[in-house]
Amino acid sequence: MALLETCNLQAFYGDFQALYGIDTRLEAGETIAIIGANGAGKSTFLKAVAGLVRRPAASVLFDRQPIGALSAADVVKLGIALVPEGRRLFPSLSVEENLLIGGHGRKLGGPWTLDRVYSLFPILKERRSQAAPTLSGGQQQMAAIGRALMSNPRVLLCDEISLGLAPIIIADIYATLPRIKAEGTSVVLVEQDIAQAIKVSDRVYCFQEGRLSLVGRPRELTREQIHDAYFGS
Amino acid sequence: MRAMKDGRPASGQMFSVATSGGGSRAALAAAAAILIMLAALPAFAARNLIQDLIFLFYMLALAQCWNLLAGFSGLISVGQQAFVGLGGYMLFALTLFAGLDPLLAIPLAGVVCATFALPTALIVFRLRGAYFAIGTWVVAEVYRLVFAQFKGLGGGTGTSLAPSVTSTVFGIEWVKALFDVRTPAARDIISYWGALVLMAGTLVFVYAVLRSRRGLALGAIRDQEAAAAGLGVDIYRTKRAVYVAAAAMTGMIGALIYLQKARISPDAAFSVLDWTAYVIFIVVIGGIGTMEGPVIGAIIFYLLQRYLADFGAWYLILLGTLAIAVMLFAPRGLWGFVAERFRVTLFPTRRRLVIGADEVKGG
Amino acid sequence: MTGALDAVIQGVLLGGLYALFAAGLSLIFGVMRLVNLAHGDLIVLAAFVILVVAEKLGLDPFAAVLVAAPILFAIGFVLQHVLLNRTLGRDLLPPLLVTFGLSIIIQNGLLQLFSADSERLRSGAIETASIALGGGIAIGVVPLLTLLSAVAVIVILNLIFYRTPLGRAFRATSDDPEVAQLMGIDHNRIFATAMGLAFVVIAIAALYLGLRANFDPTIGPARLLYAFEAVIIGGLGSFWGTLAGGIVLGLAQTIGARIDPEWQILSGHLAFLAVLAIRPRGLFPRALD
Repeated sequence: MALLETCNLQAFYGDFQALYGIDTRLEAGETIAIIGANGAGKSTFLKAVAGLVRRPAASVLFDRQPIGALSAADVVKLGIALVPEGRRLFPSLSVEENLLIGGHGRKLGGPWTLDRVYSLFPILKERRSQAAPTLSGGQQQMAAIGRALMSNPRVLLCDEISLGLAPIIIADIYATLPRIKAEGTSVVLVEQDIAQAIKVSDRVYCFQEGRLSLVGRPRELTREQIHDAYFGS
Repeated sequence: MRAMKDGRPASGQMFSVATSGGGSRAALAAAAAILIMLAALPAFAARNLIQDLIFLFYMLALAQCWNLLAGFSGLISVGQQAFVGLGGYMLFALTLFAGLDPLLAIPLAGVVCATFALPTALIVFRLRGAYFAIGTWVVAEVYRLVFAQFKGLGGGTGTSLAPSVTSTVFGIEWVKALFDVRTPAARDIISYWGALVLMAGTLVFVYAVLRSRRGLALGAIRDQEAAAAGLGVDIYRTKRAVYVAAAAMTGMIGALIYLQKARISPDAAFSVLDWTAYVIFIVVIGGIGTMEGPVIGAIIFYLLQRYLADFGAWYLILLGTLAIAVMLFAPRGLWGFVAERFRVTLFPTRRRLVIGADEVKGG
Repeated sequence: MTGALDAVIQGVLLGGLYALFAAGLSLIFGVMRLVNLAHGDLIVLAAFVILVVAEKLGLDPFAAVLVAAPILFAIGFVLQHVLLNRTLGRDLLPPLLVTFGLSIIIQNGLLQLFSADSERLRSGAIETASIALGGGIAIGVVPLLTLLSAVAVIVILNLIFYRTPLGRAFRATSDDPEVAQLMGIDHNRIFATAMGLAFVVIAIAALYLGLRANFDPTIGPARLLYAFEAVIIGGLGSFWGTLAGGIVLGLAQTIGARIDPEWQILSGHLAFLAVLAIRPRGLFPRALD
């Protein structure tokens, strides 16, 4: 039974339609990856699930309940947290305050506490009282992930967490994914870095101009199929 | 007008940027005809109507100046009463002390206002957005308090224009002979023509500015300062030029208003309610950022003022409520509402992209 | 010499009142980037609320403000939730014009309800009580309480902003309202809470406005200008800055009034313009706004 499902998901920015009927599904314990070129609608997809973009009420199901009519603030309380593209830490808050505010409206009990997040990303503990903008890019990404975990999500939506980071830092961050999954969190990754995404995911969805162009298990997909789905054939 | 389906032109089509369509040339001709009719109106209209129209014309002219600032340039001022009052006081000073003819004093008041607007801009332009608004208000208060100190102009209680000044205004004998009227009526007719000229002049000026290269720059500033900077538009100088020009026009209108009223006091001349709140009401109700909106707004305001002003506080509560309702539910005003529904523009100031034979709205 | 010292002391005390005016304005701008043109009229409105509560319940104004504060909190919360939240966005014009319209509605509504007569909050002997400092200088008890209250309000606001989850939510929402929603923060509610809090500060400001001098429905806009000047002189983004700005403004007005009583207000405005000309970001800038 799917934990999170989208059925014929459409999304609009004013008059501009960004998504045309996207069907996806995420089983409990899974990691799925969304890939595609710039402007394919990947970020919009995550924002639509998280409630930042208006979408039809029945087009997003969480635990088989429609959540498309809920605000972003209510979606996170149900257990879906978004790590937004570009980290977007709160610049006037310290690192620790950024983490604490992640648990602001938390209704759910669960594994993630400040101490657990610090043990996942020890560097953040050292930098806890610094202002968020003083962190390096990789540390900011860790803080953004930690901030999302503080709401004890059952689904973690990650938007381009490797963007602009050095390969060694990317590897560090991806190395924490198994520990996050071990706490019972399922993950949706939006990634430019296809190789990285495919390595860790159970299923891959490829978007092209707001439409789903390919779905499959990583092992079953050929390079040509992905290339065609990515750039159009 | 045929809208293109997907907004993407087929290759090989010609692009051009146009501001006027066929309908607007007819509108221009109609505007000229109305102007000529209005100029001839004193020949048959009653004095009451002439006085009402003076009020309508100068409120419209003030509204169009504010519209140029706030609607087209993003300079939201709540201190334009500074220049109405300064212009009014300059008229009094130039006629009472320098013995100038009032009709000559009006343009000079405009020059003085422009001169004062430059250093004023230097200071208030250090404030951004909403703070700019309150900053202009502080400056208007400074002007008011300073003029209250000039004992020669009546200090805090104000002063009147000597009848010898108003009844010897240039051309008054000619008007008296032409229309066979007494001095007070002739004075009104001259003020009427003055108001008509200033109103028409303001409309033409704002229209010309908006259709000029600078006008294009203004659109960019209003929409996004960063984008305008990217286009190489010198935002600061363009804004300052608009601010100074609006001050000069507002000052001339203020001079005319106080020629007509023939009595001035600091509290009335620098009134935020009379010269800014009402003016904002006119622009917002009619439709900010359009040429047509203030015209409609001024007519509505004139009717409300005429029939409801006796209700005093309730009337002002109504105006405030109407303005809030329009801002919330029809932010582009009555004209914006009409224009959207029927797709008309009489005085097109927004540029549209013209592709081949097809026209699409520029975004 | 005594005269100059007295002017400085009275100016500093007057600055306390202006700091109270400014703190509410600064709080609202800090959280939701809203510049409230009705701020002065709201202070006058609050003074009338305290007056009515004091008269109807037979309370001293200091007790009446405790009753009025929750009422005003609720009014502020609802005003923000129902009306002002709808005006917030990229465009500056809607919030400015809606609060400007509100200012006119409040002024004329108060005129209609209470007439243009001057009113005053009465609290018996404390109104005229003063502490003699020797050398012919005395400090009024009410002005002193005003300054002490301003300090207390600023300390409490700083505690709320920097030491509580609510303050954290205020600052986060101010930084990035969209991401704040992702934290489970209902930004409309946070803004409404901030406005409610600002109304409590407004109630305290109104108490001292009404105790120190007469008030009538038309004096609101001038209080808005003093509040605004104090915020800008002090530098945006800090509550302590509003106290400094209030004191500079109070000093300028008091010293101007000693030269010529008619120059009191003008001196304050000129001091503001001078600061703007010399240090456009205020005397004690904090945030990079």
